Amino acid sequence: MNEIWQGLLEAIKLIVSLDPEILEISGRSLWIALSSCLLASVICLPIGGLIHFQRFAGKRTLISLIQTFYSIPTVVIGLFVFVLLSRTGPLGGFNLLFTPTAMIIGQMLLVIPIVLGLTISALSGIDKVIPDTARSLGAGSFQTAVVVLKEARFAVTAAMIMAFSRAISEVGLALIVGGNIKGFTRVITTTISLETAKGDLELALALGIILMFIALVINLVLNQLQTR
Amino acid sequence: MKRLIYYSASLFVILGMITSSIGCTATRLKVATTTSLYDTGLWSHLEPMFEEKYKVELDVIHAGTGIALEYGKRGDVDVITVHDKAAEEKFITDGYGVQRVPFAYNYFLIVGPPSDPADIKGLSSEEAFKKLMATSDGIFVSRGDNSGTHTKEKAVWENAGFDYETVRKAGAWYIEGGKGMGPTLQMANEKKAYTLTDMGTFATYKSKLQLVPTVAKGSTLLNVYSAIAVNPAKVPGVNMDTANNLISFLASPEIQKFIGNYGIQEYGIQLFIPSAGVKSTQ
Repeated sequence: MNEIWQGLLEAIKLIVSLDPEILEISGRSLWIALSSCLLASVICLPIGGLIHFQRFAGKRTLISLIQTFYSIPTVVIGLFVFVLLSRTGPLGGFNLLFTPTAMIIGQMLLVIPIVLGLTISALSGIDKVIPDTARSLGAGSFQTAVVVLKEARFAVTAAMIMAFSRAISEVGLALIVGGNIKGFTRVITTTISLETAKGDLELALALGIILMFIALVINLVLNQLQTR
Repeated sequence: MKRLIYYSASLFVILGMITSSIGCTATRLKVATTTSLYDTGLWSHLEPMFEEKYKVELDVIHAGTGIALEYGKRGDVDVITVHDKAAEEKFITDGYGVQRVPFAYNYFLIVGPPSDPADIKGLSSEEAFKKLMATSDGIFVSRGDNSGTHTKEKAVWENAGFDYETVRKAGAWYIEGGKGMGPTLQMANEKKAYTLTDMGTFATYKSKLQLVPTVAKGSTLLNVYSAIAVNPAKVPGVNMDTANNLISFLASPEIQKFIGNYGIQEYGIQLFIPSAGVKSTQ
């Protein structure tokens, strides 16, 4: 139990002293997770809208399928991206394996189902009166979609918070496609796993606390956006 | 909402630019190294020295010998430094590697709890394994991950006259940890068990463990580390020139001396014996 106390002290020390290596690793974690979530949102918001507003056969099945992918293990996505990006793989020519870009791609694939699924749920929660009113006031289908999305922003932001949490906290994918290279693809979670393997439990715990701290800051920022 | 879309789109473009610029600024050489070399901390010293000398970014990826060889075959790394002679030779015969350059060696040892429940202290590795099998008095934690150390363990079992598959099913005393060397030592420590480890990693972790060296005799226990450049003729896209630079760097007198002295001050024993240029049957 002493380790937890020591870890907390170490975390405070590392944060206060602005340790350059910790700053770099934390910055990388944050940047990779944010980029992947942003990319996923850019892709998923329109598609989510499309799925919600269109009527087609198999819609329920498609949504169930998307929701099933919430629980895909990070190592499985990691393995998939590894095989895809490995030099002998179909996208090997881009030479992306063991780079931060590969990690962004992987995390993006990881959170796409979450953003997509929760966007659809968010849109479903909007009162039917709103799109009807928009249409009756002469809005086109794009404008109607924008109105509904705006109305659903609270739940959509929640989807992004969820996606960000999954991205920044995962370790399996980051290890497989990033390779945990010092100063290049090493992020907080892979450092925790390495330091635990090395037996430096205090540092590992301290990093865990720092990750939670980053998550808190991001949540506060997104909450601000939500209430706007 | 439209503004938000424009905003995120432009942010996305900027992020893309940052990502690609980081990806392409410098030549990067990727080396996959066995965990037992990485866990001793040797690479964190060699990396800046090499980068300084050749003005190249060196990416060190630590992985067991099995997966390191796989990375090599797929062309995902340019050099591998591993310790499994048979697998290395197959790697070269299959055309994936250019040449095997042994650059350091040390020994494996069996470590265990000071109480030595199976009473194997001072035996040879093969005798010790026979006794573990016969009595089931001690717990043994195996790496179980196809690493160089795991392969060595299998070789000792076979030399002792056992089929490895029967060993795996021998009973609850035989545990396959599926972890790197450091975590395996910690697991053995928690379980008051025996395990096979390389000298270097054990010395590095010793202060955190109650385990003591138990068996260090046996000709099977020699542990040779080699560097192999991946063959660009078989695996296109390999950074051959820089790969050769890394191998000459490891074999250079200056670095050989550094490897030989590494850890003496900190751990009180020599972790690696330099061996570049030494003709060896291993």
